[in-house]
Amino acid sequence: MKRSNLPLEFGAEPMDIEIGPSHPAMHGITRLSTRLDGEVVTAVEVEIGYLHRGFEKECENSTYVQVIPYTDRLNYVSPILNNIGYSLAVEKLFGLDVPKRAQYARVILGELSRISDHLTCNGAMGMEVGAMTVFLWYVKAREYLWELTEEVTGARLTHNWTRFGGNANDLPDTFFDMLEERLKKVEAVLEEGVKMLFKNKIFLDRVKDVGVLSRERAIEYGFTGPMLRATGEPYDLRRAEPYLVYNELDFEIPVGTVGDSYDRFLVRHEEMLQSISIIRQAVAKIPKGGHYQHDRRAWLPDKTEVYGSIEGLIDHFKVIMEGSTPPKGEVYQAIEGGNGELGFYLVSDGTGKPYKCRVRPPCFNFVSALPEMLIGHYVGDIVPIYGSINMIGGELER
Amino acid sequence: MDMILDILTIPLVQAVIKILVFVLGFVMAVGTVLTLMERKWMSAVQDRIGPNRANIGKFTGHGALHIAADGVKSLLKEDTVPAGADRFLYLIAPLFSYFPAILVWAVIPFAGPIGSVTFQITDINTGLVFIFAVTSLGVYGAVLGGYASNNKYALLGAIRTSSQMLSYEVFLGLSLIGIFMVYGTVQVSKIVELQNTYWFDGLIPKWGIFTQPLAFFLFFTGMLAEAKRQPFDQPEGESEIIAGYYLEYSGARFSAYMLAEYVSIVAVSAITVTLFFGGYQIPWLFPDGFHLLGYSLALPPVVVALLQAGSFITKTLIFCWLIIIIRWTLPRFRFDQTMDLGWKKMLPLSMANLVVTALVLLLTA
Repeated sequence: MKRSNLPLEFGAEPMDIEIGPSHPAMHGITRLSTRLDGEVVTAVEVEIGYLHRGFEKECENSTYVQVIPYTDRLNYVSPILNNIGYSLAVEKLFGLDVPKRAQYARVILGELSRISDHLTCNGAMGMEVGAMTVFLWYVKAREYLWELTEEVTGARLTHNWTRFGGNANDLPDTFFDMLEERLKKVEAVLEEGVKMLFKNKIFLDRVKDVGVLSRERAIEYGFTGPMLRATGEPYDLRRAEPYLVYNELDFEIPVGTVGDSYDRFLVRHEEMLQSISIIRQAVAKIPKGGHYQHDRRAWLPDKTEVYGSIEGLIDHFKVIMEGSTPPKGEVYQAIEGGNGELGFYLVSDGTGKPYKCRVRPPCFNFVSALPEMLIGHYVGDIVPIYGSINMIGGELER
Repeated sequence: MDMILDILTIPLVQAVIKILVFVLGFVMAVGTVLTLMERKWMSAVQDRIGPNRANIGKFTGHGALHIAADGVKSLLKEDTVPAGADRFLYLIAPLFSYFPAILVWAVIPFAGPIGSVTFQITDINTGLVFIFAVTSLGVYGAVLGGYASNNKYALLGAIRTSSQMLSYEVFLGLSLIGIFMVYGTVQVSKIVELQNTYWFDGLIPKWGIFTQPLAFFLFFTGMLAEAKRQPFDQPEGESEIIAGYYLEYSGARFSAYMLAEYVSIVAVSAITVTLFFGGYQIPWLFPDGFHLLGYSLALPPVVVALLQAGSFITKTLIFCWLIIIIRWTLPRFRFDQTMDLGWKKMLPLSMANLVVTALVLLLTA
């Protein structure tokens, strides 16, 4: 399939063409400066940064809790995972314990978020090879899940849900009432997607052996998440460095064999099914109890305390005026985000604002490997490969 | 009154009236309505409602007003010419896309003749060859538009269009030679008439689909590629080269390209119906009425003609629907896969079809 390193045909001149930053198929805004020999890509240069918003710098000027809404905008197709990752990092800094019920709730909403991330990515992959219908079906399924999270957090997309020591609110009964029905609907849509794509020769021809990256190269590039697992490496932070209550839950880590677009598609598809099973287990196991454990350094006390006792009032005043004040130190906490290892590195100087908040975006590594995956392929493969790495501008460029 | 009838017997007047009725009354109308129906059918496939917002007061007509809204909008938009474009070619290119799709209709019969009145604009004896010649011209619209736009994406689209259409014409032609051989003519009206002959004592009509089943699939595939419809729409592949050769066009010229696409869908359907599905024929309906297994039902010629026109239009619309549903079901091929399919699979198949047809004709003659 690859045709690189061949001399140009008929002494033709190569054509330089800019794909993006404003291109209908570019997720977010990225520029690919490509050089084409006819229809074959001979050189690619990726230019990122069009969506840079200064996330990390803004964190330094915000109190710890003010950062949570910013994290919603990192990977904007799975915002709750970002909330969870950041809160886990801050809780590690404080040394806080989170109540079991809150941890289970985080797992449930986190997995819902992961499904919506994978639905978006797989749907977009379908769209990029021309199967627009599958994309819209998957977006419909994503909407079912967003309505669920809306039931809990009040927002479809920018949830701002976790707090230090728990969550902003508990999972309501209506959530559990709706959940099973929604999961069934999502499963039905996934089944439709299987029928539409997996048995379709055209789709298989378009994604098989396209954008291959070997296991060794993927590890060298620092791949994580579905992209790494597609190459056959069963590395999943939920198992490798368990956080929350993942070690109490039973799930499998799907892996691919070749590391092409097809494997990525399959891995994401299987992960969605695994996530659904995780959610079902978590719902069965979720204990009764509080959704939030108050710590006076970390976050506000209950309102009855504020109005009923002088200590509560002082705590409230201190947190509002100074922000959460973790002890001096630095932590790195990574979770398995939609795309892979989503890490937060926090440095605290003992004040109410992070001295440094650094995010390790999983898709930065994918984008840096993009030229290697693209060169030698046809123009028509650029966008499907680019879609298969699931680049999310908000997370990549922060 | 006599004078009017006299005028109506002049062939030129008849031709003009037929052109007006067929092209304006049917082709353009269906082409325009298809722009809306595609969106409606697509949204039905995709679990959406589809366009329904254009309104006059409270009347929306379930989106029917979008046809008018689109037309007015495209006419009122600025007709831009990109810097560095070849102005003359750029401005005339949409017409090259548009006219071939309409010209095809010159030889398509809508119903059987009543006496000396035919329902076909012109019945030239090289009908099929004419269809070929004209559909091949369609490539100029795309190539000139893409070339003159001074845009690399448009150029890529133009190159893809030209190579795709040229490659697919080869086996398209070969797949039809079987039809020539079976019916022994290239005159379209004769081919349609001969499809009203029967096997097994008038049981099974000799439609193209039954006499040349493989050729039908080859021909329909090739025609999809000629009309640049999914899965052969890389010339406009919106995820890679945005809109391909008509990327730079705006306003009325853009809608000329769009309308040309829909008119060519109707044309493709009509040609397929004419050659493989009996054209206007209804099985067992003869000029004097139905005849089947000894039973018969006499009908006046006007009713027969109306039934035939209805059958032709219905069959054509079914194929329009099929082409649109295919688009929203299948992904698109990559460019090299299109070429592989054309040259390595379709071409040998159409040649094999030719040989088998020849052998069968030789043995049964």
